[in-house]
Amino acid sequence: MTVTVWISRDAGALALGAEATAQALVAAARKAGSDIKLRRNGSRGLYWLEPLVEVECAADRIAYGPVTAQDVPGLVEKGMLRGEPHPLRIGPIEKHPWFASQQRLTFARVGRIDPLDLDDFIAHGGFQGLRRALEIGSLATVNEVVESGLRGRGGAAFPTGIKWQTVLKQPAGQRYITCNADEGDSGTFSDRMLMEGDPFSVIEGMTIAGVAVGATRGYIYLRVEYPHAYQVMSTAIGAARKAGYLGADVCGSKLAFDIEIRLGAGAYICGEETSMLESLEGRRGEIRVRPPLPAEKGLFGAPTVVNNVVTLATVPVVLAAGAAAYRDFGQAKSRGTLPLQLAGNVLRGGLVERAFGLTVRELLYDYGGGSASGRPIRAVQIGGPLGAYLPESQFDTPLEYEALSAIGAMLGHGGVVAFDDTVDMLEMARYAMEFCAHESCGKCTPCRIGSVRGAEALGNIARGINPEGNFSLVEELCDTMLQASLCGLGGMAPFPVLSAMKHFREDFRQGPGR
Amino acid sequence: MTSAAAPKPISQAQKDEVLAIVARHKQEPGPLIEILHDVQRSMGYVPAEAVPLIAGALNLSRAEVHGVVTFYHHFRSAPHGQKVLRLCRAEACQSMNGRALELHAKQRLGIGFGETTADGAITLEAVYCLGLCACSPAAMIDEEVHGRVTPEHLDELLKRAGAGAKP
Repeated sequence: MTVTVWISRDAGALALGAEATAQALVAAARKAGSDIKLRRNGSRGLYWLEPLVEVECAADRIAYGPVTAQDVPGLVEKGMLRGEPHPLRIGPIEKHPWFASQQRLTFARVGRIDPLDLDDFIAHGGFQGLRRALEIGSLATVNEVVESGLRGRGGAAFPTGIKWQTVLKQPAGQRYITCNADEGDSGTFSDRMLMEGDPFSVIEGMTIAGVAVGATRGYIYLRVEYPHAYQVMSTAIGAARKAGYLGADVCGSKLAFDIEIRLGAGAYICGEETSMLESLEGRRGEIRVRPPLPAEKGLFGAPTVVNNVVTLATVPVVLAAGAAAYRDFGQAKSRGTLPLQLAGNVLRGGLVERAFGLTVRELLYDYGGGSASGRPIRAVQIGGPLGAYLPESQFDTPLEYEALSAIGAMLGHGGVVAFDDTVDMLEMARYAMEFCAHESCGKCTPCRIGSVRGAEALGNIARGINPEGNFSLVEELCDTMLQASLCGLGGMAPFPVLSAMKHFREDFRQGPGR
Repeated sequence: MTSAAAPKPISQAQKDEVLAIVARHKQEPGPLIEILHDVQRSMGYVPAEAVPLIAGALNLSRAEVHGVVTFYHHFRSAPHGQKVLRLCRAEACQSMNGRALELHAKQRLGIGFGETTADGAITLEAVYCLGLCACSPAAMIDEEVHGRVTPEHLDELLKRAGAGAKP
């Protein structure tokens, strides 16, 4: 009898040796005379268990992890291919508390299916959202997204449906759907996981957006640092086109929609929507002054939807289940689920998708199991390099838009990075300014000059040069950057700096010999 | 030796290759970055001589093309080593001793970011997030990804990549 075994081809799993594990398994099975069918999936998001091996036994997939190539022969000998006990045996992942307590809507298929098997996608609910959108038509589709309360998961949290409404009411003519896959925030990897683990969901979401606003062309702006995602996405687009889900006649609807991937070139700023549009047009990624909004005058001057990967991949869920079903998750103005990414110095990092409302502490300790180093967690940065640092006293804040905003922090793209008590917060503040200087597009002075001067002044504090004077200088610079920058890079780079200065003041007081 | 050494002038065949790449993309909307990607894929970098060729064919100024090449960290103006080692410098990797790893790599190879070892084996580059933040610190050798990289692990990878022993 052939045993089906699943091993992830997600870049995170590969980075931990999944390919070697897969090869070792094929060799060990052959040696044992066992007939196996090796299938490759996305990651379940439990990265501390990668490489994860799942063996199909009756109705369940019995997981073992983390399984290195060296572990494989012993495991096969002990009956892994029959699901037998072993210290590395996890049991069915769906029943593991880390997974079972989640509410996976956007990530429902990630890790379950073969990402490039269109039939597998359809068998797990794929294209139901698109079929409904084609059935109810443009206006009703936009309304459904408005009603769902879905907000942009890229970081700005703007209501998705309202953006679509703006595009829809522009004068007739060419319109575009752009998918922002320039996931540059440190601590985030949900876009990558989706593109590698369920690429058809991104294609479906973009196509629904096309149907909704009357656009026939879509672009995915994908960062060059994600070669695996590029490969999977490209193959998936080809397969969708071949099967009639993209092209001149989407699903026999007579509506046209097609997608092209454009690779970024290593510029963080291109995750900002207007900079991304400039880059898509083949220019330097310098930001545009708004208004006009991209929804009015975006790509090549045409009305353009700019949405993040997670947002677009969530749209099919909204359409398939209905706006009300999606709205039922979450609280206040944060509706639906949020794929949180737990990263950095934690024991059990990975992807946690849940309805909004989980606190930082619950995420860090219930899921993360505390720090990887075993030392106390001293700070977390939420929302990438432009997000604020939170001290322990703020760990009971719920991870939702308004609650974080109320304490001067932001959710951003949902990345949470933990630091233990060896972290030097003055150095992290200096790094934030240095990063801003490195990535500034140079268009506006507060960001271009302010970040360089900020890094210098913080360096001077570290060297004990006029610490108080430089401290005030940094505060002033941050104020200018906050008030006068054209976009979020210069306008938010002060968040990590000011939060570090406020909550970790002791790190800024030391003089020479730091 | 560093990558600052002047690259050799490009051949006529390479010039023809640049023009062929431009011709392939010219009809697409906003094709410049796509062209630069293809040139770099084909030659390993974007030679200075390619700039006026591309500019002329797209009816852009040389300054515009040069401006795009230099804006994006991914595009190189000089050839890279046989392998490119990218180390992530972002916060999640820093929280897991990424800085010590960075220091180790620089000492081991005897070069800094953006430089190539004297034997031309390895180019070291900084990268800001590889999306492998749940298994920090992360590195990439060409397109092969690695997580939870320790200095010992890195030495092993470098040895496999053909980096000569260095004090």
